Amino acid sequence: MTITPSIKREYLAKLAGQGKREDDRGFDEFRPITIETNVISKAEGSARVKIGNTQVVAGIKMSVGEPYSDSPESGVMVTAAELIPLASPDFEAGPPREKAIELSRVVDRGIRESEVIELDKLCIEPKEKVWVVFIDIHIIDYDGNLFDAASLAALAALMTTTVPANNFEVGDDYPLPIKEPPVSCTSVKFNGNVVIDPSLDEEETAEARLTVATDQNGDIRAMQKGLNGSFTVDEIKKVINTSIDNGKKIREQLYKSVGK
Amino acid sequence: MKSDIKLFENGKRLDGRKPDELRNIKIETGVLHRAEGSCYLEWGGNKVIVAVYGPREAIPRHTQNPLRAIVNARYNMAAFSVDDRKRPGPDRRSREISKVISEALGHAIFLERFPRASIDVNIEVLEAEAGTRCAGLTAAGVALVDAGIPMRDIPVACAAGKIEGQVVLDLGKEEDNFGSADLPIAISPRTGEILLLQMDGHMTGDEFNTALDMAIKGCHTVSEIQKKAITEKYQKTEGD
Repeated sequence: MTITPSIKREYLAKLAGQGKREDDRGFDEFRPITIETNVISKAEGSARVKIGNTQVVAGIKMSVGEPYSDSPESGVMVTAAELIPLASPDFEAGPPREKAIELSRVVDRGIRESEVIELDKLCIEPKEKVWVVFIDIHIIDYDGNLFDAASLAALAALMTTTVPANNFEVGDDYPLPIKEPPVSCTSVKFNGNVVIDPSLDEEETAEARLTVATDQNGDIRAMQKGLNGSFTVDEIKKVINTSIDNGKKIREQLYKSVGK
Repeated sequence: MKSDIKLFENGKRLDGRKPDELRNIKIETGVLHRAEGSCYLEWGGNKVIVAVYGPREAIPRHTQNPLRAIVNARYNMAAFSVDDRKRPGPDRRSREISKVISEALGHAIFLERFPRASIDVNIEVLEAEAGTRCAGLTAAGVALVDAGIPMRDIPVACAAGKIEGQVVLDLGKEEDNFGSADLPIAISPRTGEILLLQMDGHMTGDEFNTALDMAIKGCHTVSEIQKKAITEKYQKTEGD
């Protein structure tokens, strides 16, 4: 931990006490989001997502491989996130560390557990050949809230993915079968204040973090709490409500940007 | 399978270019928030993004040079940047490219002004289609300027090659795969010094001379695009 966050912490706490945030946002307000799809023509599907200054590129590659022996009729999905040194002066080159692994696992879980990709439709020959979906996430510019940016980029990329069946000589290309995706929203707490979509400064001073993924019916599909601090039950209920509200808006934008 | 396609016919190349014609190049600078300097570059089908950090203390300490800064370029390809997914992380090819790019950039920077420091140049290839090292180095030159690193010149790179006995500028994807020679170079455009030179394939002495000449001319063209991108950014800032 550097010295800056401790100075920042006091400043942010003072602002929050007056109901303000560093960039004049409301506590329940996201930074502007942009979603661009089909940014990488070599990939089967791709997207570039910006939340404020945070920028993430996700690319989907597919190939034919063997299924796992316990699910011989299901496709396979693999998620990897790279915190490349391009994105921040604090990221180092080398194999993925804790932070990158947590990020890729949270994104993976959000997609896998809510069965966004219909893996059972990705079987070519039971026990022999299935489609393998690689979701690769590159963090390009890091200004906080990677969880939401990374999962949004992965979703937008998946929703514009074409299965390259022709290239592998197993039939005609078709769009990747996708179900309604849950949208994740992250909030953090510092000095008793809870704010959604933390900037990097807010993230660095945060005591507790909560990610809530909600679906189109406003139901909760996944949650993950992080860091040492705690939330009260009331705070959690409030976070869920703001996550549902923001999730609704983000979902609309997501559908619009993938043309659905 | 594809090797019987004609790469050069009636004075035109597969993608319709003339022998000494570059692919389209687009350069934008100051694209990242965290980096001290950054550049996004599209060169034909290549998409490259570069971030510069530093000068900052070089770590680990044993890499420090008490007399000058070190340049630490890191060329990295995204898993989705090529047809068959690339396994993430550095391999022998990317390590070599990182090394020659670091050396080429180092020549243009006033390294002696920053003893014990490192200047980190992160080159990410988001999409690759022949000529990524030239694209990466060219973008790195712009990003270094954007970072305010004192330099003698803005390094710039371009390749020439040979397809079906014809010397051509800036090989495309098929030309790179099925052509007979590739000659990427980087120069310091103000002095004409050559900062990087690699060649693979087969060329006669005359062909080499033609190719080198062509590549140097290509570098100068690209250099103008670099300078335009930099001026544009600072004009924009003033207008705001």
